[in-house]
Amino acid sequence: MTPATGFDIIAIGGSAGSLPVMGKLIRAFPPEMKTPVILVLHRLKNVHSELNKLMSADRQIIEPEDKEQVKPGCIYLAPQNYHLLVEPDGTFSLDYSELVHYSRPAIDETFFSVAAAYGRRALGILLSGANSDGAAGLLRIVKNGGTGIAQDPEEAEFEIMPLAAIELSHKIDVMRTDDIATFIRSKYTNK
Amino acid sequence: MVEDISNTELQELIYIIQHQYGYDFNDYAKASLKRRFVRFMSHAGVTTLVEFKVRLQTDPAFFRKMVEYITVNVTEMFRDPGFYKLLREEILPRLATYPIIKIWHAGCATGEEVYSMAILLQEAGLLERSRLYATDMNAANLEKANAGIVPMKWMKDYTHNYIQSGGRHDFSDYYTARYDSAIIHPSLRKNIIFFQHNLVTDQVFNEFQLICCRNVFIYFNRALQEKVVSLFYDSLATRGYLALGMKETLLFSKEKKKFEVVNGPYKIFRRKL
Repeated sequence: MTPATGFDIIAIGGSAGSLPVMGKLIRAFPPEMKTPVILVLHRLKNVHSELNKLMSADRQIIEPEDKEQVKPGCIYLAPQNYHLLVEPDGTFSLDYSELVHYSRPAIDETFFSVAAAYGRRALGILLSGANSDGAAGLLRIVKNGGTGIAQDPEEAEFEIMPLAAIELSHKIDVMRTDDIATFIRSKYTNK
Repeated sequence: MVEDISNTELQELIYIIQHQYGYDFNDYAKASLKRRFVRFMSHAGVTTLVEFKVRLQTDPAFFRKMVEYITVNVTEMFRDPGFYKLLREEILPRLATYPIIKIWHAGCATGEEVYSMAILLQEAGLLERSRLYATDMNAANLEKANAGIVPMKWMKDYTHNYIQSGGRHDFSDYYTARYDSAIIHPSLRKNIIFFQHNLVTDQVFNEFQLICCRNVFIYFNRALQEKVVSLFYDSLATRGYLALGMKETLLFSKEKKKFEVVNGPYKIFRRKL
């Protein structure tokens, strides 16, 4: 069961076709939501400026530095060419070892660390993408008691990524973008 | 298959390694250390944590393989070309005023950054009077670094980086292509000394005008970073430079007051008096 008072962390991963969805979700966050958000995107060049364009001006996206504290109200983006991990003490660690699913940052690596550090207080969301990175990570979040949502493959521009997750566990919820946004809002406005 | 290890299990592994072999991983960043252990177990075909512990305790060769695997840091030639451009344009001209230029590459991995530095020094006419000390805790890394052999498949990327860093020569002058390997020209290697040094346990061994330690701190927790910054401070000449990786910072360090920021985004610092 998801905690009624929202989450302590929201981790969102995606690849091809996920950028507009990410922008839409971020714009839908209620202002009173202080939960830190971590975005992991298989990086295309200029994704940072693209994302900033997609978002409202009052929410800045931060590329965290190593050992920076995860802070309330902040949206973080995994920096290019590093895996982004969260430590049990609530700081970020970067990792520059091998590619996972041909990717660095890899969504799986961030999700694994989020699952270990936050357990049932974590929400993981996996969006459109053309490979299966993130599926094992989303499963781990759910296994550790957290909440996992995959974008509805019918809606996703590339279905492989969310589909891979859905096939791993029936505990992963399948939702369209609007429903994900409504779900998140419901966690923060119904108190 | 072991997919995940708990914090308690991680502590047990660290304890075994420390008490049996003297390697201290207590102050490594936990999330990435865990990840390295899990990856090694899968790489070595170890299927349970119990088996892993038993083999660590009974098989020193297995232990060595494990340490080499988990501390194998990847690196690139001229990674972050803007950093090398800064070295070229702003730092090397200052270092040129010293009769002998001593540079330490701490955690040099397989040597790509040391060779990049040697190329910069060569182009600035400074290589002859430079001494590059390249250290790593991983003996297998050092062996590769010392051989000066780089996989040919990366040379296209490295050439691109080199040009971005302001390099004007033909990059292929610096290596000989042999099948799928590029062999770094021996003239670039002659002033580089490779040797084993563990930042966690070893001490100051010389005084430097520049220390490069890029993408090593990310594997340490803040306490260990703090300790290594002190070691670097003590190893730097007055007004000597310290270069970290682009996402690494001295901000969280108590020692930060002892350094001035030379370039914020590229994480170049300078020891104050």
